[in-house]
Amino acid sequence: MEEVIRIEDLSFSYPDGRQALRSIHLTVTRGETMALIGPNGAGKSTLLLHLNGIFYSNGAVQILGKALNENNLRWVRARVGLVFQDPDDQLFCPTVFDDVAFGPINMGYSKPRVCEAVKKALEWVGMAGYEQRSPHHLSFGEKKRIAIATVLSMSPEILVFDEPTSNLDPRGKWSLIRLFQKLPATKVIATHDLELVRALCSRTIILDHGRIVADGLTNQILADIELLQASGLAPEDTARGT
Amino acid sequence: MKHSFLDQYSDRDSFSHRLDARTKLLFTLLFIISVVVTPPGGWFAFALYLTVIASLVLFSKLPVGYVLKRSLAVMPFVLMIAVFAPFFKEGEVAGSYNIWLWQLTVTYSGIQVVINILIKAWLSMFSLIWLTSTTKLTHLLHALRRLRFPHVLVMILSFMYRYIFVIVDETMRMKQARDSRSFGGGRLWQLRTIGRMIGILFIRSYERGERVYAAMVARCFDGQSRTLDSLSFKKADAIFGICLGLILVSTSVVNLLVLSQ
Repeated sequence: MEEVIRIEDLSFSYPDGRQALRSIHLTVTRGETMALIGPNGAGKSTLLLHLNGIFYSNGAVQILGKALNENNLRWVRARVGLVFQDPDDQLFCPTVFDDVAFGPINMGYSKPRVCEAVKKALEWVGMAGYEQRSPHHLSFGEKKRIAIATVLSMSPEILVFDEPTSNLDPRGKWSLIRLFQKLPATKVIATHDLELVRALCSRTIILDHGRIVADGLTNQILADIELLQASGLAPEDTARGT
Repeated sequence: MKHSFLDQYSDRDSFSHRLDARTKLLFTLLFIISVVVTPPGGWFAFALYLTVIASLVLFSKLPVGYVLKRSLAVMPFVLMIAVFAPFFKEGEVAGSYNIWLWQLTVTYSGIQVVINILIKAWLSMFSLIWLTSTTKLTHLLHALRRLRFPHVLVMILSFMYRYIFVIVDETMRMKQARDSRSFGGGRLWQLRTIGRMIGILFIRSYERGERVYAAMVARCFDGQSRTLDSLSFKKADAIFGICLGLILVSTSVVNLLVLSQ
């Protein structure tokens, strides 16, 4: 199987000295859907930001066989689509069209190609016809879908989501899960939503205090109550939680 | 929360709405310049400008009441500046008042200055309201960009348009959270709470700015702002621009000639 993400001994601390990631080793193969779970502050978002080169340290992260450095950031960002948790952060343009077109335009596409990419991306997420709307006047679920379209328009090979189902009602959540199932790209999903993990991801890793404490098949990891309890992902008492 | 649009009525359809945003922007600029350079007492010119802008508003299917109400919104600020003019302008004395140690004199030319400022401000506001109610803000931003207005300023305006209601919502939520826990307290205490809220709002906006920037960088943003726009300069734009441009220019010239005699 082809490795699309390879991380070797990645450590990272924020400028204020807080150590967010400690010696991370991780490989993801093409077509995989991997869940990244862990308590708040475990370093999930920080790890995701490394996959896209928002943060980078020398040579620790390889995307599609290339070590990430400041010379190939644009190349990497065109291939790794990162969807942020809050769609109000992701959607910063006055219209939906401008937002979905932002990536393709920055990649230097020609005008017809940009329009084509926008149209396709909006069709994928079921939001065709919303081009001229202003993001502020959309519902939360609609904003989430458009936020996903903004990276789909760049046709990335790897999709990275930070908390895709947070604040969504169950209907919105399940329609998003069905959308994810249709997307052919390799997916890395950081989430607290274990229903989503069960429905979508074959592999799960648990991150706690900046370390990977478990990496394996979703069925096995989610069945290991003691492991989940150790990271605060299951209730402390013996009753079976989610 | 639901908010009205900043560019209310801009989605209607009329002659003014169909014009290219650049035409309207340049026309408004020219209109304001013509109004501002009109010397005091150029009543003929003011009347003509009013006719021009009033007919534009009428032909734009805008509710007249809304336009009038909005045009008055800026007047208090103008008055605050203009109110001192009659006391400092020299000329024929209209009235003199002794208030304790001060002697205040009001002159006719001073009064004329005030009226002049008020008329100019009102006409300029009128044209700006016409511009923003017949042009979508997104088109206006494209127009500014096409007219080579500095990119940074266009981006600031664009972010303002996008985030103003997000921040208003955040403020409302903070206010609700405060009100649900607030049980009176002195005036000073309340002021202190408001001060803290403003501080927190600033920090939150700053942090949001950082996240938005990360989202931009994640999509290959490299400091260059590029957009596609759909502006198109049509025949109607040319005719409108030439006709009204000529009216404005000739009025200014005639007015200057009349007054210089």
